[in-house]
Amino acid sequence: MAGTSLTVLRRVRAMVGPDAAVDTDTAGTPRVAPRTEEACALILQTAASEGWRVSLAGAQTWVTPEAGADLVLSTTGLSRVVSVAPGDLVATVEAGVRWDDLRRELADAGAWVAVDPPGVGRTAGSVVATGTAGPLRSGLGGVREQILGLTLITGEGRVVRAGGRVVKNVAGFDLTKLASGSFGAFGVITTIHLRLRAVPRADRTFVLSADRDQAVQAALAVLDAGLLPAALEVLSPSAARRPSWTLAVRLVGNAEAVEALGRAVAGAVTGPLEELSVEPAREFWTGLAAGCTAGPVTLRVGVLAAALDDALDLLAHHLDDTWVAASPGAGALRWNGTAVVDRLRLFRHAAAQRELPVTLERGPADVRGRMGIFGAYREGVGLLVGNLRQSFDPAGILAVPLSAAE
Amino acid sequence: MALTTQALDAITAVVGPRWVRLAPAQLDVYASDGLPTRFSRPGAVVLPGSREELIGVVRVLAHHEIPFVPRGAGTGLSGGGVGDADEIVLVCTRLNRILAIDAPNRRAVVEPGVVNVRLSEAARPYGLHYAPDPSSQSACTIGGNVAENAGGPHCLKYGTTTSHVLELEVVLPDGRPVTLGSACGEPWGPDLVGLFVGSEGMFGIATRITVRLLPLPRAVRTLLADFSSIRAAGEAVSAIIAAGFVPAALEMMDRNCIRVVEASIYAAGYPVHAAAVLIVEVDGPDEDAVAAESAGIEQLVRARGAGSVRVAVDEAERARLWQGRKKAFGALGRLNADLLVQDAVVPRSALPDVLERIGTIAAEHGLEVSNVFHAGDGNLHPNLTFDRRQPGDLARVERASEAIMRVCIDAGGTITGEHGVGSDKLRYMSLVFDADTLGAMRAVRRVFDPLERANPGKVVPVHQCSEWRGQWRARRGAAA
Repeated sequence: MAGTSLTVLRRVRAMVGPDAAVDTDTAGTPRVAPRTEEACALILQTAASEGWRVSLAGAQTWVTPEAGADLVLSTTGLSRVVSVAPGDLVATVEAGVRWDDLRRELADAGAWVAVDPPGVGRTAGSVVATGTAGPLRSGLGGVREQILGLTLITGEGRVVRAGGRVVKNVAGFDLTKLASGSFGAFGVITTIHLRLRAVPRADRTFVLSADRDQAVQAALAVLDAGLLPAALEVLSPSAARRPSWTLAVRLVGNAEAVEALGRAVAGAVTGPLEELSVEPAREFWTGLAAGCTAGPVTLRVGVLAAALDDALDLLAHHLDDTWVAASPGAGALRWNGTAVVDRLRLFRHAAAQRELPVTLERGPADVRGRMGIFGAYREGVGLLVGNLRQSFDPAGILAVPLSAAE
Repeated sequence: MALTTQALDAITAVVGPRWVRLAPAQLDVYASDGLPTRFSRPGAVVLPGSREELIGVVRVLAHHEIPFVPRGAGTGLSGGGVGDADEIVLVCTRLNRILAIDAPNRRAVVEPGVVNVRLSEAARPYGLHYAPDPSSQSACTIGGNVAENAGGPHCLKYGTTTSHVLELEVVLPDGRPVTLGSACGEPWGPDLVGLFVGSEGMFGIATRITVRLLPLPRAVRTLLADFSSIRAAGEAVSAIIAAGFVPAALEMMDRNCIRVVEASIYAAGYPVHAAAVLIVEVDGPDEDAVAAESAGIEQLVRARGAGSVRVAVDEAERARLWQGRKKAFGALGRLNADLLVQDAVVPRSALPDVLERIGTIAAEHGLEVSNVFHAGDGNLHPNLTFDRRQPGDLARVERASEAIMRVCIDAGGTITGEHGVGSDKLRYMSLVFDADTLGAMRAVRRVFDPLERANPGKVVPVHQCSEWRGQWRARRGAAA
């Protein structure tokens, strides 16, 4: 039985004392930001025994908390970069660390994490929990490829330490994968061990202006030539913030390799590639990341390279193709815009018939609740996910709408 | 439940009598894998010939509640593919078809029994390959690679099996087929593909596997650098990685290993007087790019004390350097009665100290150790040679192994990087994971297999797990 806001606030304050910041969010929901893992575990244990519905949150620049939650559990109090080992290329960070702050701190140590997440001001925990990779997913892999281990506090308040701090690890089942990209359905991520890379010596960006078909064909030509750029994006005009559709290519590595790749990419596409100098290139990519929160809804659609054209048609038919960023080398595209739930549902239904999975990465709480983050599962998968949730959150307190409301 | 005549008859009806093995001599073929310290004769061995037969057998086993052990080519090194007398070993090697190679999308769909190297051979005409390349790749199967999350030298740059598996059709232990993930790579829900890969046959059996293929590198260069001490070689490894080079592979062999390989038919011309050699491979978009990268690495290893640096001049020499490396285990096995191929991971910066400690531990236990391993990943393979017929040898090997594991854990590492826990490393799991984390692993296993019949007794030391409420509910749900 859920308590009133005041009761919850009082209980939480009394329980965690100075180990957490306690306040009320703009919607009037009690919010707690524990500063230690122990406090976080205690809060979830209490919520489980009291039946408080808990919505997990980071910096709240990506999504707002779930509607009807009794308590918002924020990771912003867990904001330390615990360790950076540039020699081993491993860092340990708490979930509330801002991605941009982390990026700066790593750069000072000559290292970086190969993830350029969409959005602005996101926390590391949010990026990992939602598995939201950016353009670099094409050549350097998704978020899951950069995570060596993490600490997950389950809906029952158990502390699970998955994986480790080494780059290869098959000791036990891979719970890190379960926690990454599951939107907090199994618990709150509090600490993350990240795989680092040395800052690349060369980092160059090329763009090609074209119509949609030409941009898609150019991307496919790059892939057909056996090339693997760090980023290979087909962007709509508003995503690229340029007058036409754009093919954007980012190459990172040593200077000679980047030079050679640049020549090979130029040879594979028809039409002139324009190189962006350092500052415009930086603005181009940060603008792309920021742009996908302009509209209230962001979708991720899984699509094979050869089916990209059809997927874009499907989007244009059911929604629009105003803001689209496609990574055909990574088998995914991202859409941002405005649409009512019925249209989103129709699109997801049509996409599923073509084996195109649609993930609701971002959206207002009511849209998330009615659509579900993943919608319907394939046969048999829903039962597995349901039983996993029951194991990690037996009281069902974690407010994470993975599937659509009935 | 026991292996009844009734159950065996039902299985025989599915696969035919030829593919049910019951005679002791036949069963002994499957009584061990690549781990020399475990021998256990299963109750029966069944070799289904198709996906439908495999599912049919799993259903019979579910109906009779018989535990089973999925098995590929049996090249595993942790005792994971070995079953007891009340268990059936289910061998997947006859499901060996490559079902599709989709070159434009860089995907392949295979059955679990496809031999690893066959897939890369089949993809080569399209300019593609399957990146994970365990040393046993000429024998091991993709299904086994999925179960173990197998690695290999080139995983340094391209990642282990888990980075290359996109969609899995699996049969759960209760006989239900389920498709996890999607061919495009989106997990289509929580990442159950990532969870299944490396589950060591305890979540079910993959019946159809969709993998990512990568373009063949346009240019490759392989270097051999020798060092007068293991410590210097280990420090050179850290220096290469920390300097931002991303070699395709970065392998180390010590003197014992070099000498054994050079005395075998796999002789690759490694310098026999060196204390250690590094094999460094770089690949890239063209010859100029790899020449520049290899020159940079050469300069760096020379500054770190490399004696000579040899660059393979042609494909034949390159192949020879790699054959010596990949067949090192075979060469070691040929000279010794028994060979335990250990597996552990440490942070790269700890390599020099840990290698020294391993040498000391071997000496203290009166054992010979040879190191041949994925240095760039910090993934050690200290190999202990022994003769199990000699009284006390096996016990000494077990004691030395445990001491090595403790050293690796203390250095911030873990007990296995690519061979799996199986039965061999069950006893070390609680050194790495606490009761709640082990409990989480068991709870997850029970979601896929509530009665714990698939590969029972492996990976998770059950008596060291905390109890999870959810798992009991799952069990009741399954029984209902």
